[in-house]
Amino acid sequence: MHDLGNMNKKNHKIAEELFKTSSQKHFNKNEVEALIHTYFSLFEGVKMDRNQFRDILHGTFNMTEDLLMDRVFRAFDKDSDSYICLSEWVEGLSIFIRGTLDERIEYAFTVYDLNGDGYISREEMFQMLKNSLVKQPTEEDPDEGIKDLVELTLKKMDIDHDSRLSKADFETAVKTEPLLLEVFGPCLPDEKCATLFEEQVFHSKKF
Amino acid sequence: MGASLARAAQWTSASDSGKGKLELSPMNEKLLNDIIQFVEGFSSKYPEEGRFVFKDPLIWETSIIPSSFSTGYNASDSAVTSNDKDASGNPLLELSGGVLRVKSFAQLTNILRMAKEKRLNEARMCLEANRDPLVKILGPGFATVDSEDSTLIRMVEKSKSDDSAEGAVRLRLLLIVNEFDMKLLNSCFREISKKVRLSPDAVNAEVELLQSFAGEAPNTLLKDIHFTTQLVFSNKCRALPWRQVHGDICYVVIKPHDGDSFCVTASTSGCYVNGGFEEETQTVNFEKKGEVYKDLVSLLSDKSRQFADNIAKKEFSMQEDNLKETEKETAVINDLSSEQEKEDIQTEKQQKALKDAGKKGKAGKDQKKSMQPSLKWRNLEDSRKTEKAQKETKKKVQVTSVPAYRRPSYFGKKTPADDDDDMSESSDESDEEEEIQDRRQDAGSDLPSEYWQIQKLVKYLKGGNQTATIIALCSMRDFNLTQETCQLAIRDVGGLEVLINLLDTDENKCKIGSLKILKEISRNVQIRRAIADLGGLQTMVRILQSPNKDLKCLAAETIANVAKFRRARRTVRQHGGIRKLVALLDVPVNSADIGKDIEVARSGALALWSCSKSTKNKHSIKKAGAIPMLAKLLKSSHEEVQMLIPVVGTLQECASEKSYRLAIRTEGMIENLVANLRSDDSELQMHCAAAIFKCAEDSVTRDLVRQYEGLDPLVALLPQSDNKELLAAATGAIWKCAISSENVARFQELKCIEQLVALLNDQPEEVLVNVVGALGECAQEPANRIVIRKSGGIPSLVHLLTGTNQALLVNVTKAVGACATEPENMSIIDKLDGVRLLWSLLKNQNPEVQASAAWAVCPCIENARDAGEMVRSFVGGLELIVSLLKSSDLEVLASVCAAIANIAKDEENLAVITDHGVVPMLAKLASTTNDKLRRHLAEAIARCCTWGNNRVSFGREGAVAPLVGYLKSEDKQVHRSTAQALYQLSRDPDNCITMHENGVVKMLLNMVGSSDSALQEAAAGCIGNIRRLALANEKAKYA
Repeated sequence: MHDLGNMNKKNHKIAEELFKTSSQKHFNKNEVEALIHTYFSLFEGVKMDRNQFRDILHGTFNMTEDLLMDRVFRAFDKDSDSYICLSEWVEGLSIFIRGTLDERIEYAFTVYDLNGDGYISREEMFQMLKNSLVKQPTEEDPDEGIKDLVELTLKKMDIDHDSRLSKADFETAVKTEPLLLEVFGPCLPDEKCATLFEEQVFHSKKF
Repeated sequence: MGASLARAAQWTSASDSGKGKLELSPMNEKLLNDIIQFVEGFSSKYPEEGRFVFKDPLIWETSIIPSSFSTGYNASDSAVTSNDKDASGNPLLELSGGVLRVKSFAQLTNILRMAKEKRLNEARMCLEANRDPLVKILGPGFATVDSEDSTLIRMVEKSKSDDSAEGAVRLRLLLIVNEFDMKLLNSCFREISKKVRLSPDAVNAEVELLQSFAGEAPNTLLKDIHFTTQLVFSNKCRALPWRQVHGDICYVVIKPHDGDSFCVTASTSGCYVNGGFEEETQTVNFEKKGEVYKDLVSLLSDKSRQFADNIAKKEFSMQEDNLKETEKETAVINDLSSEQEKEDIQTEKQQKALKDAGKKGKAGKDQKKSMQPSLKWRNLEDSRKTEKAQKETKKKVQVTSVPAYRRPSYFGKKTPADDDDDMSESSDESDEEEEIQDRRQDAGSDLPSEYWQIQKLVKYLKGGNQTATIIALCSMRDFNLTQETCQLAIRDVGGLEVLINLLDTDENKCKIGSLKILKEISRNVQIRRAIADLGGLQTMVRILQSPNKDLKCLAAETIANVAKFRRARRTVRQHGGIRKLVALLDVPVNSADIGKDIEVARSGALALWSCSKSTKNKHSIKKAGAIPMLAKLLKSSHEEVQMLIPVVGTLQECASEKSYRLAIRTEGMIENLVANLRSDDSELQMHCAAAIFKCAEDSVTRDLVRQYEGLDPLVALLPQSDNKELLAAATGAIWKCAISSENVARFQELKCIEQLVALLNDQPEEVLVNVVGALGECAQEPANRIVIRKSGGIPSLVHLLTGTNQALLVNVTKAVGACATEPENMSIIDKLDGVRLLWSLLKNQNPEVQASAAWAVCPCIENARDAGEMVRSFVGGLELIVSLLKSSDLEVLASVCAAIANIAKDEENLAVITDHGVVPMLAKLASTTNDKLRRHLAEAIARCCTWGNNRVSFGREGAVAPLVGYLKSEDKQVHRSTAQALYQLSRDPDNCITMHENGVVKMLLNMVGSSDSALQEAAAGCIGNIRRLALANEKAKYA
């Protein structure tokens, strides 16, 4: 009991500090504290590593694709030290769960830009879409469908016609058709998971 | 025997006991006779097999009495056993209690001999009880199995292993029976094939085929062939229903190269020449004039030499271009697959056609086509037209309705579009688009590229995960979904099924994407029906409860599109959609996202608007508590026109129900409706005016409209003469509001009447009906009648009397009647021969028009100069009006009585109508209880009494006693006219006695004290007459 109380106090302090320093603007102080609490309760150890994070993505947010889960991890891991620290956790989740459309567009683009060069190229699209169609053994070229999907996406989103998606392309396309936000695969929680997560974190536990 | 019994024999549906009965059909009789013949000759033909003992006895209830058994049998009173016994000592024949058990063919032969004339019956009973006799005879291993019959093989195998003599006999028996079975089946088949009946499909196909070979050129088969009518009933027959009872399918007018044209009746029993077709009156003389042929071709071959010759030449030219011909072939193949005999002829034709086509180097293509009838889309390289060959059977393409090979010129039609209208007219018109035919794709568009692209996208929808699905959905929206080619392409490649399936998933994004497409394409009538057929409505109704507002909006908007036909509306209601839609109307007071919530409410109202076109839905909408919510939306401060239009639209649609009208008033919505009349949006204005139009049936509402100053904006809408819908609604509202005289006063101030009169020319009928209705109401004010005249309205009104629209005629007659009360107006009407026009409207079919015309005639006669002379000048006019007394419509009767009362003022005319028997007809009506009729009837009787001995006649016809009863009525005006009639009748002593007997004196005495001087006078006069008679009587007695 004492330990737990101590913990809570400690969390409270961290939370206060984090709340001051963090750039996120969607959580209030209590919620930050709850998130910190969840952070520590989810795994053993000091910092969350890639596998632990992926477990959460898989278990809580129903994500399945390795490639994208990896990319989401990298999007959270801002300092690229292969760990998600507390501030990264809170800041990441703030966009992940409550982000505005602009924030989410920015985030999704980071996720989809596999090599981080500021553009989503044909190859990157192909990479992300390659599992999206049921392979039909009868077809001559099993990748033809995927290639076609890539072309369809380019036709729809490549506004400046340079055969790749810049962030501006992506932003314009998503703003005209919000459905295209997760065009290369799920990288954000759906409404149901998000509400469920919020409920678990913010409402079930009283501080 | 098993096979023929199971397949060929016509069994009635199985009865309760599970035993079928053999129908009493000629076919069965033939079958039974064959069997009897076979059995009777059996023992003599095959003595050894005849003695073969059955495994189980054939058991049936017989009508043979024991006493008819003779030698070889052991017969008692009620039971019979045969002397022949089987191996275990049981008799081969046993009869007890009417039940017969037989175990060998020899015995069966005997029985049939004994049954004599009853043998047909016996055989029937036996077969009914033993549907598969072979099982009984040889054992259950030999049951007739529908799919395959391997009994023989099994038997042969069995007899191999079992070498006994019995086995050999059994095999022979089986072979004999099987052979007989085959024979039976064959003869049945011949019988069946003899009476192939014609079907509408077959006739249509045949006529179409012949049409393509018809033309002026001498090498065609015929000059012309066409149906007598374009109307097709739902069973594809064209004959009138009462002729369909006789088996008629349609009538075909044929003009051969040699000889006059004649008309052929195609009936289910065949084709024959009938009495002819009258082009002008469109009537067919149904009388059979010639022999019955099995089809048109054989009839024509017999009738027309040249037809037969040309057919024999096998070189006749087709009149349509090749493409149509090939199209037709597919049609022919579709239609005739069942008609074997028919098909032979057709294929012969087709071969000829193919040969012909082959000369033009197209044989290959044609052949390819007939080999692949299921190919949905075809691209004919050289024919610049693409046509759809065949759709799934469920889509029921009416091949006969394809306009391409109609020959519209014969029917005075110019375009295929006209033809299509014609088709829809023949169907149920009560619902706006209930039965619109599935149209074929119009040829000549560049649809293939889009088609293939859409097909590819649908493939991704089907075989992709969520991501691929969303890409495909978004890409699909890039197509022009308002274009019919794309809409139908989505349907035809099975996209609708996938889109609707997506709605059942958990993925909101997929649902949104799918609904966005469905919302667009459901503007198409055929897509709507397909969505409903695929159960899409149910799913969308479920989505209405989703927490996601975008989803709710889209689902409601799509429902709004789909629910434009009756069945869909019913589906929405039956799946609780109305309640859920009404729930969407609720905009929370402190909503975080008020814009979105209003959007939801708007889409909900939009869907309710569509749904509200069904009466039952109107009730459900009300029950779901929609009215206060609609009122709240209407009164809310967010004055978004886009939201208000569906709200007011729903209200005005529902205002056809009285309860809604009341609710609209009591919820205080009139004020808002009036306020929105001043909106900038003409659609909103239109719906508000339409709502007021419907609600203003109620006098309180009319007053409210005036109090909220709604009359001014209504009149202000009148100059909008280019928006006919708005104009119709506005004039309608003015019409109904003008029923209140206070409103008329305001209209007068607003110079409304002049504007209305200006609208009398060049307007569509919907507007005219309302304009004239409004004028009719306004003209109840004397001042306005003058205004109408001064602004030149009377000639226009009189001119409208020549129209045909019934609603318009009712209003026009009323308006003309109102105007005619002004002598100066009357002289104009008279000059324009308006009275004659009114009079001729008495001949109209519609009782409302009749009544309205008769009412209008009254003031005309009153105010016309030389009215008597004028009336006499209408040839047959008086006879016509008297004959209307036979009508069953009370309003007609009342109006005609009023007219007769006016006519009878002229003595000569009175004499004429008396000759036409007006007295007994009026007397017959005397028993009515309707006060309006009573009043005018009494008036008419009073006037008619003044001629000849009509008074006596009325008494004789028994009109007097019921008239006395009229005095008990509540209606003062009935009293007056009745008293006048009684006064007239009382001049005849017999009538006085009848009146007195019916207690008239006391009632009249009360009426003498009335304040109505006319009533007073008449009552007093009547009493005076009665009294004088009594006095005279007394005098006579004591003198």
